[in-house]
Amino acid sequence: MHSPKRTARPVARELLFGNLWEYDAAPESSPAFIDASYGLFIGGKWVAPKTRKTFDSISPRNEEKLSEIALAGAADVDAAYQAAAKAFPAWSKLPGSERAKYLFRIARLLQDRAREFAVAETLDGGKPIKESRDFDLPMAAAHFFYHAGWADKLNYVTPGRVLEPLGVVGQVIPWNFPLLMLAWKLAPALATGNTVVIKPAETTSITALKFASILQDAGLPPGVINIVTGAGDTGAAVVNHPLAAKIAFTGSTAVGKSIQRALAGTGKRLTLELGGKAANIVFEDAPIDQAVEGIINGIFFNQGHVCCAGSRLLVQESIANQVLSKLKIRMKSLRTGDPLDKNTDVGAINSRAQLDRIHELVASGVAEGAELYQPVCELPHKGFYFPPTLFSKVSQSHRIARDEIFGPVLSILTFRTPEEAIEKANNTHYGLSAGVWTDKGSLILKMSNELKAGVVWANSYNKFDPSSPFGGYKESGFGREGGKQGLLDYAKLKATF
Amino acid sequence: MRNSLGLRSLIEEIGGVDQVGIDERVAKYATRSIKKHAKVFGLKLATTMVDLTTLEGKDTPGKVASLCQKALRPHDDSDIPPTAAVCVYPAMVKHAAKLVKGTSVKIASVATAFPSGQSSLKIRLAEVRAAVSDGADEIDMVINRGAFLAGELARVQDEISAVLEACGEATLKVILETSELETYDNIRAASFLAMRVLRPGDFIKTSTGKTSANATLGNNQVMLEAIRDHFLATGVEIAMKPAGGIRTAKEALHFLVAVKETLGDAWLNQDRYRFGASALLNDLVRQMVKEKTGVYQAPYTFSESTTAY
Repeated sequence: MHSPKRTARPVARELLFGNLWEYDAAPESSPAFIDASYGLFIGGKWVAPKTRKTFDSISPRNEEKLSEIALAGAADVDAAYQAAAKAFPAWSKLPGSERAKYLFRIARLLQDRAREFAVAETLDGGKPIKESRDFDLPMAAAHFFYHAGWADKLNYVTPGRVLEPLGVVGQVIPWNFPLLMLAWKLAPALATGNTVVIKPAETTSITALKFASILQDAGLPPGVINIVTGAGDTGAAVVNHPLAAKIAFTGSTAVGKSIQRALAGTGKRLTLELGGKAANIVFEDAPIDQAVEGIINGIFFNQGHVCCAGSRLLVQESIANQVLSKLKIRMKSLRTGDPLDKNTDVGAINSRAQLDRIHELVASGVAEGAELYQPVCELPHKGFYFPPTLFSKVSQSHRIARDEIFGPVLSILTFRTPEEAIEKANNTHYGLSAGVWTDKGSLILKMSNELKAGVVWANSYNKFDPSSPFGGYKESGFGREGGKQGLLDYAKLKATF
Repeated sequence: MRNSLGLRSLIEEIGGVDQVGIDERVAKYATRSIKKHAKVFGLKLATTMVDLTTLEGKDTPGKVASLCQKALRPHDDSDIPPTAAVCVYPAMVKHAAKLVKGTSVKIASVATAFPSGQSSLKIRLAEVRAAVSDGADEIDMVINRGAFLAGELARVQDEISAVLEACGEATLKVILETSELETYDNIRAASFLAMRVLRPGDFIKTSTGKTSANATLGNNQVMLEAIRDHFLATGVEIAMKPAGGIRTAKEALHFLVAVKETLGDAWLNQDRYRFGASALLNDLVRQMVKEKTGVYQAPYTFSESTTAY
């Protein structure tokens, strides 16, 4: 009972995160129902591409082929726009309460088939099943529910003024949250009475194509939503089509800029949601363990494939060592591997191209003298994987502190005073989001006033809600998605006296 | 430790806790999927960590005897290990001693005017000494919550020290009664007050089981993190016991996941982690039998079952 070691002081102060109790594999077994091939969804029907070309969609989890996807050319995109233009008059004149019924129906059907879509999302994109199951799918449905509620209340968005639909909207979405970004784009467009041509990213087309079956089941009139698939050329055709009244794009800043150039003088409206290099700022009075959890969530959520990822940690010098050592401890219990396993925290990198880019930027960090830390973890042999990575001793001029890595890589910088934190946080081309961790309420308000970012999270990170407008400052883009404000980007405002 | 230390300055020293962040962290434990061998291992481990408890006014030597038998042999299947201890009122210690002394099952006794602690220190200490001399291996004390909330932190700590001395060789478990401390900041502060005078291997414990709210993944996490920080700063390994409210095997596994991912392998044993529970044991047994046979057995298959037949 009273062992002698009671009085002796143990020397070792390492926590051991070993394999005494190893979790068994817990793969999600629900079927994803992915077809062997997909056509284009135009005018409410599946059609073969006029290009007669297809491309393979592989799973980043094990590089196995999932499906064959139609490659849409300019003629296909034109057909999609014609279908959308044809559907516009009737759709835009439907009473808002009728459009709402379709949106509610879509939201409920998505909930009904949530597990199937979650598995498909994980297979196609590589994100952990627990994230697609607990985040992507519920949030996607929530966006349709939220905007369904607005469809018959548009006259109250700006009281006394009228919102009119724009026409046919062209939308190009990224690969990091394929279905959720689709929901962010489609829901407000439909609620405000527009019709749509949408192009998912070429590495993650599958859930968008599966979504077409929900549109059919919901009885959505043909042509209201048209889905074209392909890579950059298809995207360019969508963006440059003369029938487009507005383009909504989410993706890289480089492509966003080229779209802006292409659209100049065309009269098309444009909203861009682009890259980010968010500062996550931790003050010395912050609740450290919860800040650490927020930092982990901020950078390793979705393998860091998040435009608002907290990829630059700014930590006050007085607690820098403490935060770094707690981060390292926390990272030891992160589980990296097969995204289909329910216990996986960090899944597969979306594509080989993205994996190469992460490797290149991490190598530059090492070459420029930053200190690298990666926990010991065994990665699957097949598929695209990268371990959770920390860089300490990073300075503002390092590439890893400036470029968007879009991977599970955190750069840690320090500051001494709130002014210095603000200066460093704002010293970037981007301005999408930021995080502030402190127990002092007044400091949160001061920081959020000074930070040049579209979203500021206080003592939390990566929190989303359909009612909250999301969008950036500076090279992170313009326009807002979500909330009442997001509706204004899909409508013409008319004042009648 | 400074006697005049106020609660505010103690929290500043040890760092505060943000409730939203804790709740978010522990929600992830509940999504861990524990299957096959990992499940069997976890169930067995949890069984060895149970302090099988009866703390009722109607306890009798007979009731305690059957509790002891259950602790020694939770089920007919001899693969199922005995529990860590039985936990009883001081008056029942000598009755428990007759059955479990000399076995691997320890005798834990609540003392110090459990559950309220509202008695003079002299009487509380006398109760501890009596329980130890009757054969208690472990003493579960309650802290003076009134003094804590009145800001008399030094008094709280001095009383813990006095109880510790009265324990002699017996292991001490310090019950914070988290529901009466209410905030996570208070729970963390009280954990440190206790740990700074405890010996390696002594416990901090969530609750008495006699108030409306008992062990939760949230207060368990706050205390595990306090133990981790204290260990990393001093090298002293303090043990942890959530008590009350953990009724199902599934919940117990979530608590163990928290231990695994916060403190690591060295805390995954009965010397460093316990469950204060009664109904939990039969659910653990039921799940172990199910893993073995593939089917759930009727409740009456298990001794001492209190669920409906």
